[in-house]
Amino acid sequence: MDTKLTMHVNMDDFLPATEEEKEYMVQMRPSSTFFKDGIKRLLKNHVATVSFIVIIAITLASIIVPMVWPYSYDNMLGVNPGKPVDASFNNLHPFEYGRTEQKKLDAGEAVFPHIFGTDAQGRDYFIRVVYGTRISLAVGFFASIIVLVIGMTLGSVAGYCGGKVDLIIMRIVDIIYSLPDMLMVILLASVLKLTLTPVIEGTALEKIGSNIISLFIVFGVLYWVSMSRLIRGQILSLREQEYVLAAQAAGARGGWIIRKHLLPNCISVVIISTALQIPNAIFTESFLSFLGLGVNAPMPSLGSLASDALNGISSYPYRLVIPAVVISLIVLSLNLFGDGLRDAFDPKLRT
Amino acid sequence: MNSKTLYYILKRILLAILTVWVVITITFFVMRAVPGGPFMGEKAITAAAQAALEAKYGLDKPLMEQYFTYLKDVVTKFDFGPSLKQRGRMVIDIIGDGMKTSARLGVIAAFLALIVGVVLGAIAALRRNKFVDKVIMVVTTAFVSMPSFIIGSLLLVLFSIKLGLLPANGTTTKGLILPIITLALYPMAYITRLTRSSMLDVLGQDYIRTAKAKGVSPVKIIFGHALKNSLIPVITYFGPMLAYIVTGSLVVEQIFAVPGIGRAFVSSITNRDYPMIMGTTIVLACLIVIMNLVSDILYKVVDPRINLE
Repeated sequence: MDTKLTMHVNMDDFLPATEEEKEYMVQMRPSSTFFKDGIKRLLKNHVATVSFIVIIAITLASIIVPMVWPYSYDNMLGVNPGKPVDASFNNLHPFEYGRTEQKKLDAGEAVFPHIFGTDAQGRDYFIRVVYGTRISLAVGFFASIIVLVIGMTLGSVAGYCGGKVDLIIMRIVDIIYSLPDMLMVILLASVLKLTLTPVIEGTALEKIGSNIISLFIVFGVLYWVSMSRLIRGQILSLREQEYVLAAQAAGARGGWIIRKHLLPNCISVVIISTALQIPNAIFTESFLSFLGLGVNAPMPSLGSLASDALNGISSYPYRLVIPAVVISLIVLSLNLFGDGLRDAFDPKLRT
Repeated sequence: MNSKTLYYILKRILLAILTVWVVITITFFVMRAVPGGPFMGEKAITAAAQAALEAKYGLDKPLMEQYFTYLKDVVTKFDFGPSLKQRGRMVIDIIGDGMKTSARLGVIAAFLALIVGVVLGAIAALRRNKFVDKVIMVVTTAFVSMPSFIIGSLLLVLFSIKLGLLPANGTTTKGLILPIITLALYPMAYITRLTRSSMLDVLGQDYIRTAKAKGVSPVKIIFGHALKNSLIPVITYFGPMLAYIVTGSLVVEQIFAVPGIGRAFVSSITNRDYPMIMGTTIVLACLIVIMNLVSDILYKVVDPRINLE
């Protein structure tokens, strides 16, 4: 081995590094944000990914299919203006045809099939299921948004202000929390239905129907409490952070601090609990529809379809099974996706 | 029991009383907000008859006076007034009659859910990540996602219509089998998951390892140490379970035509029998509030380490 025992240092060892050498030393990884990290974890969770695809597929189908389908959800096929009601269209089994349709078929014309048959009033059942899915999804989505807005506002105000405001809001939350929610929902829905009908007559809201509006009101009144509790807890710990103090020192007002500093930091909690709220809302809507307090006829929802199907259950059990399967599929995939979101974005929340 | 626990219990009791009062108040004022008033049927009646009716039910008095009379009657005598649709019957009698069937249904369903749920949960925990565990978890996930009216209707289609094994009508004892199963499935699935996770938690504790090291038999470890301690979180589910069974019975009794309080409630909504709606809401709400109270206090007493604040 050629070792130089000399005090003279080799000056070559102290030359500035070339660009290549520098690049070799720097181990850069593309910078990852909190959001990207979460998405990566979410995609690794196959159950959640599949659930998400199922939800997207069902949602898209419920939006697109009614646009291209030749029948509409409230079109009674046997009823034509100026002619007697043709009862041969009522209660068709899947892929059967009404009398006039059969004639057309015999003449060689093409008739669009009734994939799930028709219901007791001669309406194409497939499109009713699709439309019912759309209504159920929309109700679930908007109800969750209402819960989100109210819960977030009150929760963040309670958490940030503290003191008396917090005390009052949290006592209200305690009481609403201990109310038996379903009973109150039924009570409010059954009364609001009557009070709202004359109020909204002639307005744009009439199209939505008094029952759905009362459902939204009930959700807004009763279900914001758990969301506001959650957000209050988050804000309580976040507001002790130094950057809040810095913002306060710089003269920022309360509303600004809540909006710009506190809420963005608990956004993952908010998204997760909203995602888990949607199946809950769909559940409640279908339950109310089943009791006859849901959507106004002739508008279908998955719950009201199942409820209507009970009347002819011995002859047409598939009319119950179809909406039942759809509703279970939606709720199951939303729940699984929500769980996946929670695991990916906030593992601490896991219970 | 220390003073802190006592303070907590006292606070919970006060909150429960407050809740019951809020329920009665909301129910009263919501019902009075109904157009035409709660005691009006849809039949048109003469002004004189209407005045007589109003005088009979005290509707001509100021609202606050009516409210305090109602509150007093409910609290002291459980008097919810007469039913509108079932002439000559008091609401409380109808509730009492329906309660007999519903209570039987609910209690059996609750016990079934508890026993099967704990057993399945324990098996799943002991066979963690094995085939049995996976099957149990998949099945319970499915049950948790199905609304009770769907489970009930599907059971009805399968067992009564397709197979013809059990009657679809819940008026006989044999006919109560399907409603009981329907009511029990969701809480059973929930308890299974609860027991499994808490059992897994307990099995990882130091005292289980110590017991194993001492040479305690596996049977004794499972039943004497693990299961006993993993049942504590299940206590908290008693209240929500009752709430679920009460609301579940509304649809289940409807599907299977069980002559219970749930069906009476639903038909009173469709008939607009307001005194009946008020009475049933208050009775069922009280039941749920009391059960929540009991399960919370029990939880605190069984495991004083738990801080419930």
